[in-house]
Amino acid sequence: MTHIAIADQPEEELHEPSSFVTKYIWSQDHKVIAIQYSITAIFVGLVALVLSGLMRLQLGFPDSFSFIDPSAYLQFVTMHGMIMVIYLLTALFLGGFGNYLIPLMIGARDMVFPYLNMLSYWVYLLAVIVLMASFFVPGGPTGAGWTLYPPQAILEGTPGAGGGILLMLISLAIFIVAFTMGGLNYVTTVLQARTKGMTLMRMPLSVWGIFIATILGLLAFPALLVSAIMMLLDMTVGTSFFMPAIVSLGEQLDYSGGSPILFQHLFWFFGHPEVYIVALPAFGIVSDVLSVHARKNIFGYRMMVWAIVIIGGLSFIVWAHHMYVSGMNPYFGFFFATTTLIIAVPTALKVYNWVLTLWRGNIHLTTAMLFAIGFIFTFTHGGLTGLFLGNVVIDLPLSDTYFVVAHFHMVMGVSPIMVLFAAIYHWFPKITGKHLHTGLGKAHFWVTFLGTYAIYLPMHYLGFLGVPRRYYAMGSTEFVPDSAQDLNASITVSALIVGVAQLIFIYNVIRSLRKGEKAESNPWGAASLEWQTPDTPPKHGNWGPALPVVYRWAYDYSVPTAKQDFIPQNMSEEEVERVDDSETSSTEGGEDVKNIGDEPVGDNP
Amino acid sequence: MTNSTEQAPGWKGVVNDWAADKETFNVPWGKLMMWIFLLSDTFIFSIFLTSYMTVRMSATAEWPMTSEVFALTIAGQHVPLLLIAIMTFILITSSGTMAMAVNYAYRGDRKKTFILMLATAALGATFVGMQAFEWSKLIEDGVRPWENPMGAEQFGASFFMITGFHGMHVTAGVIYLIVIANRVRNGFYEKKGYDIVEITGLYWHFVDLVWVFIFAFFYLW
Repeated sequence: MTHIAIADQPEEELHEPSSFVTKYIWSQDHKVIAIQYSITAIFVGLVALVLSGLMRLQLGFPDSFSFIDPSAYLQFVTMHGMIMVIYLLTALFLGGFGNYLIPLMIGARDMVFPYLNMLSYWVYLLAVIVLMASFFVPGGPTGAGWTLYPPQAILEGTPGAGGGILLMLISLAIFIVAFTMGGLNYVTTVLQARTKGMTLMRMPLSVWGIFIATILGLLAFPALLVSAIMMLLDMTVGTSFFMPAIVSLGEQLDYSGGSPILFQHLFWFFGHPEVYIVALPAFGIVSDVLSVHARKNIFGYRMMVWAIVIIGGLSFIVWAHHMYVSGMNPYFGFFFATTTLIIAVPTALKVYNWVLTLWRGNIHLTTAMLFAIGFIFTFTHGGLTGLFLGNVVIDLPLSDTYFVVAHFHMVMGVSPIMVLFAAIYHWFPKITGKHLHTGLGKAHFWVTFLGTYAIYLPMHYLGFLGVPRRYYAMGSTEFVPDSAQDLNASITVSALIVGVAQLIFIYNVIRSLRKGEKAESNPWGAASLEWQTPDTPPKHGNWGPALPVVYRWAYDYSVPTAKQDFIPQNMSEEEVERVDDSETSSTEGGEDVKNIGDEPVGDNP
Repeated sequence: MTNSTEQAPGWKGVVNDWAADKETFNVPWGKLMMWIFLLSDTFIFSIFLTSYMTVRMSATAEWPMTSEVFALTIAGQHVPLLLIAIMTFILITSSGTMAMAVNYAYRGDRKKTFILMLATAALGATFVGMQAFEWSKLIEDGVRPWENPMGAEQFGASFFMITGFHGMHVTAGVIYLIVIANRVRNGFYEKKGYDIVEITGLYWHFVDLVWVFIFAFFYLW
């Protein structure tokens, strides 16, 4: 049995697709698939954004909008959450950026199984269509909350208890099939298709983040699949996996002896890793953006890699911190609070390393960099409130209040989205060959970033007041002062402004595609491999006639003896132009930046 | 060129070996992908079985005695677990024929490979057939996913769901085996090599292994 690594095999001739259909629609090129994934994900993301605007209208100005009744409100909440978490963030980070960046960053021509990769997108699109179809069935989409807890999710009286929940569960199952096809490809590609010299410990952190997140997905989505299947059986066949004996609308139902808590365990066994499926690619991408635009190597590369791996591992044993009030055994709370607080250690380490990367760097405040720095703020903020909620005694009073809403929107809503924007502004020149407009980009950033705080800071306060989440209207309560309503109105105004401000981004993209400034192949002076392609945007096969060879890690910025302020990964030691030794000693900053050009870096701690 | 290929003691050496350039495992892409898929599938079956154990504990009605439910009456004798024992034997035998097929495939003996793969598929199909018989027998006894005259209704629900899901895996495996066996006979893999037979075998052995766990947790407990 002889087996030869792909980088050692003689080159086969590339068959470039010729017709429009094979090139842009039924394409097997990872770059086209990535763009298809991204456009679809951004489209459903916009739908979810509009839903959140409608929710905020109701909360800020109750009784003013007759078309938002309590059922519609719950449906908006549910669909907003589910779309944002799964169909936007997961699909965009892994299907979009994973597809685009993995082969380019590791020096491969494509994913290992391009056909499967293409199927992955089309099955994902099918999942999206099935999900969207639920808006048009009688009763509308499900209003069970994005966690879909039984028994209420499938009982009469919950909005969308017929077709809505059915389509939601089917759509999730289809999504998991799509994700598995893509995910197997990403993992195998990272493990087996790297080019010469690209060791795992020389991969950019973006690839590390996406790689570990994909593994988490492959191991966590099974729990969602199984719970979706069991709930489908409960509602269609009448089994009682999750359904206890129950009286609904005055009627004794045919269920008996099921365990609703089981669903919560299964859901969060998926749901908590899901947080990191979204967060780890964001961690990776933001590390690369910070390093490039600060002209400095990422601080503690090895530590960053191990932190990603450890966070990924720990994310499987913290799930029940979502269930402190569920009625599970209180001793579980002790265990899960401990693991939850332990996970803060590697996470905090990453935050320190990002800040230390910026420290005394040559910071270029490009749009991408602004979003990346914005991420450090929102993520630190959301992470700190996570420490509150991770402790059982503090979580109990805060559970199901706006404090929780503020927490998870800061940490896994806004923060990954900040990184997504950073990534889009950063890689847009490579993907399209055009620059995005900087002025519009910065306007977009400031409105989004400041708006985020205008929306979520007051929510923390509302949470401390005890305002419960997911309520259609508060009515009159003794513990909530009237001023809370003013706060709600102000949050709504901010949310609408931020929502509308995203149009700046859309306009910027369309404008730049039509008449944007033409981008050279490596406008930011980045060292990683995707910027060293012979063509911009990269053509089919990525690398022209020969695969690149990698000689160093992806973070050789401001190397003291080098003439250029960055050394591309595929530049060998002989090719690097050096300044004389006499000049080096007087180079400013020579003491601060460790001389990393002399030894092969990335393999040394 | 890289110091990752250097010998290093202890933990660092392990990391260096794994992180070496080009590829981490010296296996074809398809085989690694199958392994990763099976890892993911392992999680699916583990979660099915864990869920089954949970509902078994939370069920309010009594759980039926499996040795009595799964018994055949032969010549007036009540033989517990007979059918399941035969089914398990058949499935494990099919793993043997599969392993032989892999062996002959690497030796380049297409004809024997083809026959052994078909034999594996036939044993798999027999297993599914006997499972269908067992299902019909239970249904005759009045067991349904939503009700069970012998006790907890979760018994029928878990049984049909888990054996059904496993049966679907076996059926898919049978189809997979037949397709690959045909291609082997036609010489489709002469150039590419016969790793595909081993990959098919990985899947098949996995399905068998899962059955052992279902057998232990569902029938023997």
